[in-house]
Amino acid sequence: MQSYTLTNRRRRSPASLLFAFVIAVFAMLGGLTNMAGAQQTMASSDKIWGEIKGDFFGDRQIVSDTGLVRIEAPKRAQDAALVPVDIYIDPAKAPEGVKAVTLIIDVNPAPLAATFTLGKDAGVTHISTRVRVNDYSWLRAIAETGSGQLHMSQTFVKASGGCSAPAVKNTDEAMASMGKMKLKQFAEPQMSKVQELQLMIRHPNNSGFQRDPITQYFIPAHFVQKLSISQDDQLILAMEGGISISEDPNFRFDFKAHGTGEIKVEAADTDGKVFQDQWPLEATGL
Amino acid sequence: MPTDLFRRRFVQGFACLGVGAALPCCLNHTAFAADAGKKLALKGVADGVYAFGGVNDLMTQANQGAICNLGLVIGNEAAAAIDSGGSMIEARAFISAIKETTDRPVRYLINTHMHPDHIFGNAAFRDIGAKIIGHRNLPRALAARGDFYLQSYRSQIGDALMKDIEIVLPEQTVDDRLELDLGGRTLELRAWKAAHTDNDLTAYDAATKTFFTGDLAFLGHLPTLDGSLLGWMRQLDELAAVDAAVAVPGHGPVPSAWPEALDAERRYFDVLAGDLRKAIADGVPLDKAVETAAQTERGNWALFDDYNGRNATAAYAELEWE
Repeated sequence: MQSYTLTNRRRRSPASLLFAFVIAVFAMLGGLTNMAGAQQTMASSDKIWGEIKGDFFGDRQIVSDTGLVRIEAPKRAQDAALVPVDIYIDPAKAPEGVKAVTLIIDVNPAPLAATFTLGKDAGVTHISTRVRVNDYSWLRAIAETGSGQLHMSQTFVKASGGCSAPAVKNTDEAMASMGKMKLKQFAEPQMSKVQELQLMIRHPNNSGFQRDPITQYFIPAHFVQKLSISQDDQLILAMEGGISISEDPNFRFDFKAHGTGEIKVEAADTDGKVFQDQWPLEATGL
Repeated sequence: MPTDLFRRRFVQGFACLGVGAALPCCLNHTAFAADAGKKLALKGVADGVYAFGGVNDLMTQANQGAICNLGLVIGNEAAAAIDSGGSMIEARAFISAIKETTDRPVRYLINTHMHPDHIFGNAAFRDIGAKIIGHRNLPRALAARGDFYLQSYRSQIGDALMKDIEIVLPEQTVDDRLELDLGGRTLELRAWKAAHTDNDLTAYDAATKTFFTGDLAFLGHLPTLDGSLLGWMRQLDELAAVDAAVAVPGHGPVPSAWPEALDAERRYFDVLAGDLRKAIADGVPLDKAVETAAQTERGNWALFDDYNGRNATAAYAELEWE
């Protein structure tokens, strides 16, 4: 795939000025997202963010690139339906801890992809998941510290086009095994008290933003909107929202295990279905 | 600024920012009107069986979306077309070629699956009265993707080529098998389990033992995975068992030898699955694993860099449930 850098675009200045103008016109007409034929740019994605951030954070100050939180994703998504995203927290820069991390995808029909709540003493420093991205967009992670400060990191992802639609690939399979969970435990030999886990949940996780071209109705949303992962009733990680999380939601994260108590997972989807499972913690590295 | 100029630059501007191989389009934005009466070159495959061979490329303005193979089977009473092409321009050129080949009406259009290069010409066949037939899952798949396809391909192939394209659903669907009587010959349709997509349908002409595989067979062009890698691999033997003399694959030479047409993709799938299973067992995360998976296959395929990363991404997510 070719990649177009910002500098490439700037060299085409008359066209790109026109392009920016057209974006602005479309935006004014109310077609903020997913206008037919228009690819978003860093600037147009930023403009969306400027308009929506108040909905999530009011007029609170958000500081950028402090190193407290860092987000990583491929510059060009291989599959718009499955874009891996990694969020890292630097505990040294957050002495009072991090309470929550919000993941925003500016151009998606519902930009708030998910909000993660971190257990108070769980020591989570890395969360990895996969999201659907509808177009070129900034992905933003906004961390809220224990004292209520907001720190943001952002990365631009070019995801669009081709037959790689942000839709479920094998719907029959997704429905047949819905709710099935799997927990993988990774050995971390060097860090004796840190466990790395990967939770996988079978679910179509349909955002509900696909419009049926024949009926013009939106396909009903059906996704995992609440999730909590805990050990001995102590929260490790919770997620709310989840509308842009890919099918078969998948979360890989690290935490500081307290003893060898079982890992318990509860999830609930938008249809009110509740899924539960639990696993003994393998004593690797303890 | 005059409206015309504004519109043209608007279109070009978007096309140039498009994905994939859209770059050459900037030098190639002419001659659409001149192409209106064009005919596709149909190749005789067997008695009463014809096919058009698409180019191994991404859909672009320059190739008018004509990247997949299309088929035609002519009976005593009626004809059936297999896939409608990647644009209305291509579909109309296909219909012109059909009309030059036979005076029988095109009674059926078979959609082998949901992808735009195979179905963007559907409206042209609906307009000439053909009954569109697809897999039982095709309506659901198009409902979830159609709007996205119309939007994302506009930036890839441009407004001119997108003109008149509609998402047209099948009038009849196939649960398992369906026989179509064309008069003196029967076209046997078969719905497959999730493989290339979750709506793959093949067509078999019993009279000449010609097998239209849709995108269950790729030759030359890297297979693209939008359904289930394991499902595809599991059904390869069943596909190979189809008693065909020749095949018209979805992408690749017309005709191709059967079942040898499956050999290359079988090897690619084995390598891809093997590399990813190892990465998953070693705890390598998705974004790292897809960078190296199946790279040894790179020299064997066209469009490898366009699709291998995507295939690997989808396959990793599927295989980690094993």
